[in-house]
Amino acid sequence: MGLFLAQLLTGLANAGALFMVASGLSLIFGVTRIVNFAHGSFYMLGAYVGYTLMQVLPGMVGFWGAILLAGIIVGLIGVIVEICVLRPVYSAPELFQLVATFGVILVIQDLTLMIWGAEDLLGPRAPGLKGVVRILDEPVPQYDLALIAITPFVAFALWYLISKTRVGILVRAATQDREMVGALGVNQSWLFTGVFFLGCALAGLGGAVQLPKGGADLLMDFNILTSVFVVVVIGGMGSLPGAYLAAVIISVLNVFGVSYMPQSTLVLMFVVMVVVLIFRPFGLFGKEEVAGEHGQVGEPERPIKPAGLRVRMLVLAGLVLLGLIPVLGSNFAEVLATDILIFCLFAASLHFMLGQGGLVSFGHAAFFGGGAYVAALLVTYADTPMELAMVLAPLGAGLAAVVIGWVCLRSTGVYFAMLTLAFAQLLWSLVFQWGDITGGDDGLVNIWPSAWASSNTVFFYLALVICVGGILLLRHAAHSPFGYALRAARDSARQAEAMGIHTKRIQWVAFAFAGAMAGIAGGLFVFSKGSVFPNELEIARSFDALIVVFLGGVKTLSGGWVGGASFEAVKDYLTRFEYWRLALGLLIIGVVILAPEGIVGSLRKLGERIGFLNAAEDKR
Amino acid sequence: MLELSNVNAFYGKAHVLNDLSFEVGRGKVVALLGRNGAGKTTTMKSIMQMVQPRGGSVSYQGQNITGWAPHRVAKAGLGYVPEERRIFTQLTVLENLEVGRQPPRDGCVTWSEEMLFELFPNLAERRGNRGKALSGGEQQMLTIARTLMGNPALVLLDEPSEGIAPVIVEQMARVILQLKQEGLTVLLSEQNLHFAQAVADSVVIIESGTQKFAGSLAALQAQPEIRDAYLSV
Repeated sequence: MGLFLAQLLTGLANAGALFMVASGLSLIFGVTRIVNFAHGSFYMLGAYVGYTLMQVLPGMVGFWGAILLAGIIVGLIGVIVEICVLRPVYSAPELFQLVATFGVILVIQDLTLMIWGAEDLLGPRAPGLKGVVRILDEPVPQYDLALIAITPFVAFALWYLISKTRVGILVRAATQDREMVGALGVNQSWLFTGVFFLGCALAGLGGAVQLPKGGADLLMDFNILTSVFVVVVIGGMGSLPGAYLAAVIISVLNVFGVSYMPQSTLVLMFVVMVVVLIFRPFGLFGKEEVAGEHGQVGEPERPIKPAGLRVRMLVLAGLVLLGLIPVLGSNFAEVLATDILIFCLFAASLHFMLGQGGLVSFGHAAFFGGGAYVAALLVTYADTPMELAMVLAPLGAGLAAVVIGWVCLRSTGVYFAMLTLAFAQLLWSLVFQWGDITGGDDGLVNIWPSAWASSNTVFFYLALVICVGGILLLRHAAHSPFGYALRAARDSARQAEAMGIHTKRIQWVAFAFAGAMAGIAGGLFVFSKGSVFPNELEIARSFDALIVVFLGGVKTLSGGWVGGASFEAVKDYLTRFEYWRLALGLLIIGVVILAPEGIVGSLRKLGERIGFLNAAEDKR
Repeated sequence: MLELSNVNAFYGKAHVLNDLSFEVGRGKVVALLGRNGAGKTTTMKSIMQMVQPRGGSVSYQGQNITGWAPHRVAKAGLGYVPEERRIFTQLTVLENLEVGRQPPRDGCVTWSEEMLFELFPNLAERRGNRGKALSGGEQQMLTIARTLMGNPALVLLDEPSEGIAPVIVEQMARVILQLKQEGLTVLLSEQNLHFAQAVADSVVIIESGTQKFAGSLAALQAQPEIRDAYLSV
């Protein structure tokens, strides 16, 4: 009984930081409609800034002052980010801004590394709260009790701010219809900046307040991000009580999981989330998202046309050049080109789902890594030949997509995205924690291609044929009646339904199709590397594909692979430098600001201007 | 007070307003008439700069406001009442009014919640209710009241009689006349000629984004062929 209570208290204490970070994310999303991927980074910054301040400021006042100051400083950093990075891209197509926030993650990671170094920092203990209290004979840290007491006050202060003050009323009004708030004379830019300050300050507070329990390290940003997404989704986007309740549920669950089921702690969180969303698709306290009702921005979509003769010739010339790589280039060039090709197919599969279907997935790596693991497991445990494994990889990934798609498609919009992320993390944690079968962190190794394909040159040609074939197939699907139906479901689900299109089913098929195509890429990947590790299933991998799709251009047909090729090539070059993340992050932010239509969209505009391409004729 | 000259507006590549030019004099009620899809709402949004005109200019009290941010236009004294009753459904009636609140403005009525409840007695009983619980007519009243909280000098009323009960339409007409008495200038868009006749000093008729007539009500009465061609009576 005593142990049980002690664990419950630990869980409640852990919920404090999680709640602060999650409510910040939820607040920012509510008003700005930006899914702030960088929110974990602000949490991490809070920990580092708090750590430094605690070194300088003495005593109890210094300690709590440092936490408060850390929140304010991180909030101000958030303001800088909002003004410099996000403001220029508010008018860009929906969700494009998240690419910018991804750039911010990279920049903050490297800046933190530069300032504080790579070593983990052990958080100082709170002055005056260093001891433990015995409750039913179990030791409970005093600091935990302090956190349990403080969190409700933070929650109450936030609740008061949001529901009782004029600022809160404006924030809630803007959450529903920001254009109208502007038309009533409220300067939205400052409202956005204010909300960003508050959201980031909360994340910073969360980071600083957990210092005595955890410390500061460079992996904090991604580590918390998943839990925060889960909390926000379980609680319901934009709901403070929901965020609090969900933070408590997840934290308590984690503590109990660690003691009773150490093999499945990570999995547990996602299982709870999936269960909640099956019964309440918009979270415990959430309401259905009616995104885009009054927030639709940007130009209408351009109809998709088959490529013109000139573009075809250009692509053909590019393919010929690619085919000549083994003749002209080095062994290294072959390997690099193979990597790029595989990534292009992966990106193109996500692009199909996202661009044609409007289905924004945050967890597409599930199918890439899934395909890779299917092939690797088959080879390791059943001695399956490469050819068969490569066929079964997309089948396995496709099947997984059928199941995952069925659950995820019950929700829409940002909930859909979060669910896909949760499933990807679920797969990742399964692979990671089920070491007996999957090798866990050590991965599966010694998975080599069949003898005939074992030379880099032959494997390159194999990848070339499969990937180009796959990309053409995706393109073909976009031009088929299936593609029309999918776009109809994207643009106006209700109208499409009225025309007799079963939109959910069409989207389900698209989800499975995209999953299978990612599985092909995954199968190829294993054999090109000879091994597979859990990081092929990671969020970072999913985000890579997502970033690439947006950078390439969502509203173009070739955005996926063009973005994939450019990104991989640039990344390969940049990773030679020490602070490559900083450079890549800045580059991503630069592209987002300068070319909001993506690389292909901007090139197309340029092409039309110089007369290489025929300008789109007036549709009226 | 408000002057549009050669205003052109587009949605993407679609040309929706074509060289609109008209004036709204101080203290006047002007009705912008036209059928569904004629461009009335776009005209309103172009004045508020919620749709940025791509050509021509909008000036207010002699100042060119083209290209301003909508919140700046509102601060200058233009109050916009949208057609779709975009009230904040999750907020209470009082909170909705709070969103519209702006500092007092010289030469304009300074509205308080109580004055607005006098103008719209139905809202008074529902001050604590959420927007989503209101009836269509009450929502329409709330939209107007919310805009008045900004103490505007000129109100843009987009189809105030659209889709509400006839009794409430009458009440709307009384409110508009009362606003006029208080010294406010009103530009309202309408499909309903009878409603416009009851309140307006002059009319502007548009069709497919092009201006077909501008003049007094009497002048319109003298040209029934215009009325028959561009309005569904």
